[in-house]
Amino acid sequence: MSSTLPTDRASAARAVDLTKVYGTGDTRVVALDSITCAFEQGRFTAIMGPSGSGKSTLMHCMAGLDTATSGSALIGDVDLTTLDDKRLTRLRRDSLGFVFQAYNLVPTLTALENITLPMDIAGRRPDKDWLDSVISTVGLADRLDHRPNELSGGQQQRVAVARALAARPAVVFADEPTGNLDSRSGAEVLSFLRRSVHEMGQTMMVVTHDPAAAAYSDRVVFLADGRIVDEMVDPTAELVLERLKRFDVSGASVPGARVGEDA
Amino acid sequence: MSPEPVSLAPASEKTPDMVRATLRNLLAHKLRLLLSAVAVVLGVSFVSGSLVFTDTIRKTFDDLFASVTADVTVSPKEAFDAGFSGTVSTAALPASTVQTVESVEGVESAVGDVFVEGVQIIGTDGDVVGVSGAPGIAVNWTDNENLTSLTLADGRPPRAAGEIAIDADTAEKSGYRVGDTVRLLTPALPTTAELVGVFRFGSSGGLAGATLTALDTATAQSLLPQPDTFTSVSVAAQEGVSDTVLRQRVREALPDGSVVVRTQAQQTEEDSGEIESGLQFFNIVLLVFAGVSLFVGSFMILNTFSMLVAQRTRELALLRALGASRRQVTRSVLAEASVVGVVGGVVGMGAGLLIALGLKAAFKASGLEIETGSLVFRPRTAAWSLVIGVVVTLVAAYLPARRASRVAPVAAMRDDIAMPTKSLRWRTVIGVVLTSAGVVVLVGSLSASGQRAASLVGLGVLLTILGAIVLSPVLSRPVIGVLGALYPRLFGTVGRLARDNAQRNPRRTAATSSALMVGLSLVGAFGVLAASINASIGGLIDRALGADYVVSSPQQAPFGAGVATALERLPEVRSVTRQRFGAARIDGSTVFIAAADPASLAQSITVDYSAGSAAGLTKGLLVDQPTAEAKSWAVGDRVDLTFLGGATASLPVAGIYEPNGALGPYVVSLDTWEDNGGDTRDSFLYVNLAEGAAPTDARPTVAEVLAAYPNLDLLDHAGFKEQQRGQVNQLLFLIYALLALAILIAVLGIVNTLALSVIERTREIGLLRAVGMSRRQLRRMVRLESVVISVFGAALGLLLGVLFGVLLQRSLAGQGINDLAIPTVSLLVFLVVAGVIGVLAAIWPARRAARLDVLRAVTTE
Ligand SMILES: Nc1ncnc2c1ncn2[C@@H]1O[C@H](COP(=O)(O)OP(=O)(O)OP(=O)(O)O)[C@@H](O)[C@H]1O
Ligand SMILES: [Mg+2]
Repeated sequence: MSSTLPTDRASAARAVDLTKVYGTGDTRVVALDSITCAFEQGRFTAIMGPSGSGKSTLMHCMAGLDTATSGSALIGDVDLTTLDDKRLTRLRRDSLGFVFQAYNLVPTLTALENITLPMDIAGRRPDKDWLDSVISTVGLADRLDHRPNELSGGQQQRVAVARALAARPAVVFADEPTGNLDSRSGAEVLSFLRRSVHEMGQTMMVVTHDPAAAAYSDRVVFLADGRIVDEMVDPTAELVLERLKRFDVSGASVPGARVGEDA
Repeated sequence: MSPEPVSLAPASEKTPDMVRATLRNLLAHKLRLLLSAVAVVLGVSFVSGSLVFTDTIRKTFDDLFASVTADVTVSPKEAFDAGFSGTVSTAALPASTVQTVESVEGVESAVGDVFVEGVQIIGTDGDVVGVSGAPGIAVNWTDNENLTSLTLADGRPPRAAGEIAIDADTAEKSGYRVGDTVRLLTPALPTTAELVGVFRFGSSGGLAGATLTALDTATAQSLLPQPDTFTSVSVAAQEGVSDTVLRQRVREALPDGSVVVRTQAQQTEEDSGEIESGLQFFNIVLLVFAGVSLFVGSFMILNTFSMLVAQRTRELALLRALGASRRQVTRSVLAEASVVGVVGGVVGMGAGLLIALGLKAAFKASGLEIETGSLVFRPRTAAWSLVIGVVVTLVAAYLPARRASRVAPVAAMRDDIAMPTKSLRWRTVIGVVLTSAGVVVLVGSLSASGQRAASLVGLGVLLTILGAIVLSPVLSRPVIGVLGALYPRLFGTVGRLARDNAQRNPRRTAATSSALMVGLSLVGAFGVLAASINASIGGLIDRALGADYVVSSPQQAPFGAGVATALERLPEVRSVTRQRFGAARIDGSTVFIAAADPASLAQSITVDYSAGSAAGLTKGLLVDQPTAEAKSWAVGDRVDLTFLGGATASLPVAGIYEPNGALGPYVVSLDTWEDNGGDTRDSFLYVNLAEGAAPTDARPTVAEVLAAYPNLDLLDHAGFKEQQRGQVNQLLFLIYALLALAILIAVLGIVNTLALSVIERTREIGLLRAVGMSRRQLRRMVRLESVVISVFGAALGLLLGVLFGVLLQRSLAGQGINDLAIPTVSLLVFLVVAGVIGVLAAIWPARRAARLDVLRAVTTE
């Protein structure tokens, strides 16, 4: 976190005027309001903000899981908004990694099979050395033959992280990956995520509510009402917490607030 | 699941809340509602369809006999009830009966009726008109409007030899018009006549598919075996004389014991009673069919509700956590089930009409066409549909509902919820016990005989199938492991996932495939049985048939004696052995009896005598070995027979022969047969060619004679085998067609379960799609799962079916089915078909899965 990052570093993912609107008329919600933002290669970006501020939506649009209403979401030079389902699927499979808050693993597959799942689906052989190093970094070598229901929540999330990293994707997205974990398991997963960024040069975008978790990142982007309202490089838990408190005081955001002024 | 309104008012025992909660819940999940209702609809529709179909057939015949117009009917008395159709008594009333009856006080008028079977119209295309096998009936035209069901529609009544009238249906089918010259077959000779009139029978145009020909009375009488007789006398009462009174008077006027006199009501009942027993075969077949359908349908409903409740576990747990009592949870599930049951019952009732049409088509496709009017829907059908819909659904929902009520409230807080599942140990024990009991009973049935054997076989089959159903969850894991072993190798991860999905919930997999298993076990059993019968027929014909040709009608309907006479005249023909069949009574029970020419029998049929010979047949009786043994008869013993017409004879046993499929248990000579009033029509002719006449040369000559009889086939050994097998195959086809309908439910059951599985695994599917599984791969995954489940059910079913078939063959080995044949190719085809069924069943669920919105799926609760 103390590493100084060149500002001209190439961006692995970019949002350009990214807008997402749900519903129409009375139920119209602008979840993302013309967001323009770059996520640099080999950096760990945390996304924070009050509930309903559009964090998940931003991630989903960036990861090709959701379609933007307008604007573009780019992975490298590829604009996701121009891709059809087939290409999008292939892109997710080959270039993106995901960690969800829960339910990350296919229950019928063992930990190892879950880790290699995207490559197996693609019919590609995993890079053995890389796989071994990922697995040993995650510390799961002795649990590889277990099925998800035989693993603890933290272990399951670590398997999910290993899966996200195993195919060396361009970007890994994680939406509250530690939301369901106790602080110790959460810390384990987060430190592993950070290691993968710093040791393996992985690009990572993580949504979190936890200032302590944000402290693992290189940069925090703060969202409110679907807009980027602030940014913090080399954060610490205290600074983040302070920043978040200001949201509460100003009442800048009510969860699920309707943004009607531009309707 | 989408964000779901938790609808139960906590801790409130008030029912209206529960009702509202139930309804809201139902409406919140339209697809789920639809799928569970589909299960009920299918189950109910098959029951309702069977009922509609039988009612329709029955109505057709009832209409027919509601048209008895005579106030009193006089018929000759039959000695006993033959019990099997196609046996005709030649008992008749002398023409004088009409005069005797006419002079009875209170009789307005009386006419003699003639009713002759075996009069067929040959259409303009040279073929017999009408459904094959349907009877061709000739009657005499009666001008007395009170005493006939025939009303002239066109032309005029037949007045002299060479004139006929036919029913409107037959006229339409044949294309004949008044004035045309019509070719027709009679019990005597094929002939031609002028069509002078067309009539309607009763309220309908014709007679349930039979052809009806009206002749003038003298010509009609000439077709009867005895001259100047009638088959019955119809009597009209004077004003003010009741049927009952008149019946009494008529009876007193006629010689005691020779006639039966019935009132209109009695006669109607008698006629429809006869039809009832004729329809019994259909009733039994349809009952079995409805039973299988209901069984399969119940399974589907049970399965569906288990899944629905499992999916709602979290919701139910939340209700419990909020303070709903166990009873309330159970009740809310049951309330939902009864709504689904009623809706499904009503829709299923309607869908039954489609099934009835399907049944009609099935019968038609197998050549057993029954002509019926429009479908009959009785209140009974509605009642049963609703009762079955609701009761079965409630029972099916009760088990999962009870399980649901046991869900701990804490389950609401857990992420991965599983219904409390019992271990499979008890299942294994119960299943093994049931299956073994079934097999023991089946094996035991081998040493039993007759009715007892049949019931034992039924019980054994039922126990074994039940045992197999109980066991199949236990078996599903290893068997699918084996069946799906190739999947990962062939289809990679997708195959692997498909196999694992099929293995992951053994109960569901088993319940899904059970329907297919039951259906295919019957298919397998009948397949083996039919193949064995066919093989045995082949063997029998090779061993026993000595004649060069056999002449018979494809339905083995008896035909006029003139054919044999014509054939005998040919120089190429050395002898023609006539064979007839009928009923007789021996020792108080009705037996099937054959009559044959003693002189040429030995040339035509190879018979192995263990005692005596055919030499004494002319005045004696031949009996097969098992019968003789059972009755302790030896050659020379006298046996008393009563024939259908009432004649009795005491015949010495002339020979005892090894069981012979061509002869049956008893044989008498043709003379004995005719002397005692037996049917004079022939069922089979065995043609032996003269020395030096090569079969290939003689055939055209013989065929030329038969050209006048389009209802008859000239068969050499191979052709005869073919014809005999054709009959077995026709029946097999009918059974297959019915089972195909039952299997259709099984398929829809698989569709249903898969669709629900897809809903249940929404999140997992979303995950797979998120990490890069393509729509195609996803569809393939669902398809492969479906295929392996189908093949599992089919394999288990066919295995059981073969077991049943082998045991059935063994138990029938004494009755002519001596050779066991296992139709390996057909069985393999069925297995492949099961695979195809799996593919088809997966189409919709797979498409649904592929269409899921990735994000929505992955974030679903
Ligand atoms: N499918 C949807 N339909 C309608 N509105 C939606 C939908 N998904 C999200 N929203 C709305 O968009 C806004 C942003 O939602 P989003 O899930 O991105 O918030 P978030 O920042 O992830 O919140 P949280 O911290 O609670 O997860 C919210 O106001 C939400 O109500
Ligand atoms: Mg969120």
